Amino acid sequence: MTRRRTVLGAASLGIAGVAIGAVAGDMASDSPSVAAASTSDPVAFHGEHQAGIVTPAQDRLHFASFDVITKKRSDLVDLMKDWTNAARRMTAGRDAGQYGATGGPGEAPPDDTGEALGLPPAGLTLTIGFGGTLFRTADGVDRFGLADRRPAALADIPRLPGDALEAAISGGDICVQACSYDPQVAVHAIRNLARIGFGKVTIRWSQLGFGRTSSTSTTQATPRNLMGFKDGTRNLKAEDGKVLAEQLWVQPGDGAAWMTGGSYVVTRRIRMHIETWDRTSLDEQEQIIGRHKGNGAPLGKRAEFDEPDLAAKDMAEDAHVRLAHPDSHGGAQLLRRGYNFVDGSDGLGRLNAGLFFIAYQRDAHKQFVPVQRLLAQKDTLNEYIKHTSSGLFACPPGVRDDKDYWGSALFA
Amino acid sequence: MTRVNRLTALAAASLVVGAGLAGCSSDDKKDAKAGGPIAVTATDKECKVAKTELASGTHTFAIQNSGSKVTEFYVYATGDRVIGEVENIAPGLKRELIVELAAGSYEAACKPGMIGSGVRSTLKVTGENKPLTDDAALAAATASYQKYVQSQTGALITKTGEFVDAVKAGDAEKAKALFPIARTYWERIEPVAEIFGDLDPAIDGREDALEPGQEFTGFHKLEKDLWDTKDISKSGPVADKLLADVKLIVAKANSEVLSPVQLANGAKELLDEVATGKITGEEDRYSHTDLWDFAANLEGSKAAIAALRPVLEKKDAALVKTLDEQFAAAEAALNKHRDGDGWKFHDKLSKDDLKTLSDAINALAEPISKVAAVVVKK
Repeated sequence: MTRRRTVLGAASLGIAGVAIGAVAGDMASDSPSVAAASTSDPVAFHGEHQAGIVTPAQDRLHFASFDVITKKRSDLVDLMKDWTNAARRMTAGRDAGQYGATGGPGEAPPDDTGEALGLPPAGLTLTIGFGGTLFRTADGVDRFGLADRRPAALADIPRLPGDALEAAISGGDICVQACSYDPQVAVHAIRNLARIGFGKVTIRWSQLGFGRTSSTSTTQATPRNLMGFKDGTRNLKAEDGKVLAEQLWVQPGDGAAWMTGGSYVVTRRIRMHIETWDRTSLDEQEQIIGRHKGNGAPLGKRAEFDEPDLAAKDMAEDAHVRLAHPDSHGGAQLLRRGYNFVDGSDGLGRLNAGLFFIAYQRDAHKQFVPVQRLLAQKDTLNEYIKHTSSGLFACPPGVRDDKDYWGSALFA
Repeated sequence: MTRVNRLTALAAASLVVGAGLAGCSSDDKKDAKAGGPIAVTATDKECKVAKTELASGTHTFAIQNSGSKVTEFYVYATGDRVIGEVENIAPGLKRELIVELAAGSYEAACKPGMIGSGVRSTLKVTGENKPLTDDAALAAATASYQKYVQSQTGALITKTGEFVDAVKAGDAEKAKALFPIARTYWERIEPVAEIFGDLDPAIDGREDALEPGQEFTGFHKLEKDLWDTKDISKSGPVADKLLADVKLIVAKANSEVLSPVQLANGAKELLDEVATGKITGEEDRYSHTDLWDFAANLEGSKAAIAALRPVLEKKDAALVKTLDEQFAAAEAALNKHRDGDGWKFHDKLSKDDLKTLSDAINALAEPISKVAAVVVKK
C-alpha cells in the first residue's frame, strides 16, 4: 500500500499520522456528516448516509456523469465493487490501486495516475447516484434487469419553461460527485474512477466547479455566486436534525426500499449572462434577488439570517427569495450544494460562466420540480440565466463497511 | 508517424533474445516429409486446402489464386497467432508458404480482396510436442512476430511501388485508391518503423509536425498533392524518395528482432496511434482514409499480442480472455463502418460513431497496457 503523503516533510507527517488514525476510527461510526477537522483531513467514507451531502460543502467540485457501455450485469456489479474500493482508498488519502503511482513494477503503467502524490485527503468525498436510464433506456430497454427497481421518484423531470437543455451534457446512467478542498484531489478521483471504468462505462459529460456557492453547515460562512450575491443562506443544513428526515433522506415506505437512507440529487448547469447582469443597477439587482448585496439580509431586514418578510412592501412580487421560499411551496426545502464555474469563454468575448446547481432532496418531484416551475414562470432572474443541462440521480444510502459497496442493496 | 522513438533504448536487450532463438526453433524441427506441397486453391469465395490433417513438422502450402481479386494466405494458431502468411498474391499467380507446425489446431485462411478475417478452414496437426521453457516461449514469440513483420514489409514495398508508379504516371484516381492500401502494411508494423528515428518522419510525417528546415515528404505530402492541391504533376521526386525510404526502412526492419517487452509495448502504441491520430481524423486529414489506418493498427496490435499468446496464457489466462473479448468488441465496432472492400471515410462518421470507437479502444488499450509487466513476470 502506498500512502500519498509519505512524500511530505517531517512536519506534516505528524498530521498525516493523526489523520489516518481518524479515518480508521470513523469507519466504525455512522458519521459522514462530521466535518473534517481541517481542510486537509479525510472525511469518513463509511456511514448510514453517503458522504458529500450534508458534509460541510468543500470548496471544489468535479462532477462526472457516466453511461454504462457493458451489456453484462456482472460487469456493472464488479465495477461498483472496484469503484468502491478505489473510493475508499482515495477518500482516505491513499492511491487508487494497491501498488500506487510509483510502487508497482516498472514495466506496468501505475495503477494510480500520480497527480495527487504529496497531497493530503483534502476532505475528498465521492458520492454516487443512479440515473433513470440505468433502469430503462430512453428506447425502453431493460439492460440489467433493474426496470422494476426504478423508484417512482426517479421519473424524468418534466420539461420546464425556458429550458435550453443540451442532451449531450444532460442525464447519464451513473453520476459521481467529487468534492474536495483541493481541485487536484477532486480531479484525480474522477480521472482514476474513469480509468477503472474503461470498457464498462464511458464519461458522458463532466463539470468542474471552482468555488462553492452553498453552505451545508451552520459552521460555514455563506459564499457568493457569480452574481455577487450570498447564495444558500436559507439552505438545509447538517444541523437541521428532524427536518433532514422530512426533507432530505428517503424514509422507509417512500417507495423503492433500496433507497432508504439515500437522497435524490438534481443537477442543473445554469449559464449566467454575467455581462448584462453587471450592467444592471444595484437597486435592480437587489430587487430581483430580494436581498441586500452587501450582507445578504432580506430586503427590509438588517441581518443575513433574519427571516424574509414576504408581506413587506420592500419585497417585490417576483423577487427570487419569495418565489423560492418554502412558504411558497408548502414547506418544500432543498439541500443545495452548487458550485461556480467558468468553462473558458464562448468565442463572443464573454466568459462561459455560471452556477452548477446541485440539490439533494427526499423527492425531486415534490421539491425541486414545483420550485423550479414557479421560478421558470415568474423569476426576473431568467433574463440573466439559462439552464443548459439537467440531471436527476438516485443516490443510495451509505456504504456501511469494508465488505459493502456502492448500490449493494440495488443489485442484491 | 507521431513520436520520437522510445524503443531504441531496449534494442540491445532484444538482440540477446534473437540469439537464443535459432537454437530453439531447430530443437522442435522434425522433417515431416509429407509428400510434396499442399495445394491451396483460392477464389473470390473459396479457399480449398487439399489436406487438412497433417503430421507435426515442416509443410509447404502452394497457393494458386484462381479468383479475380488479389488475395492473401494465412496459417493461424489459436487467437489468430500468425504462423505464416503470404501477402499480395495477384490473380493467376501461384505462391508458396513454408511453415513449421507443432501438434495442435490451426486455421488456414484466404483473404480475397485482402480484407476481413477471410475464408477459413481448420488444420489438425498431430505428433509429439516438447513443452517450451519460459525463455524459449519468449524467443518463439519474438520469432513469430519477426515473421509477421517480414510478411508485411514485402507487401509494403510492392504496394508502395504501385502507388508511386500511379502518382508518377499522373493517374490520380488509381493513386488515391492505392494510397490507403499501401499504408495498411505500414500501419500494421509502425512500432518497428519508429525504431529508425529519422526515416519514420520522412515516410509518414505530417506537415504540422515538421521542424524548421525539415522538408515535407512521404505519404502525407503525396496525400496533400492528391486530395488538397489536386496537382501531382510535380510529385515525381517525392514519390521516388518515398519508395527509396520505404525500401531502406524495410531492409532495417527485416533484420530487427524485437524484445518481448517491445512487442507488448508496440501492441499498446498501435492503439495509442488509433486513439490520438485516427479517431480524431488527424492522420489522413486530406483523404479521410483514417479507418484503413485504424484497421491496420488494430490488426498489427493483435498480431503482436498473438505472437505473445502462448506466454500470456501461461502467466495470466484471465488477461488473455479479456483481450480476446475486447479485440472482438473493437473489431465489431469498426466493422460497422465497412464499405465494400474498404471503409467509410472519417468525415462521414458522426460524433456518436467516433465516441463508440473511442470507447472500444479505451476498453482494449487498458488491459493491453498490462501485458508488458506480465510478459517479464517470472
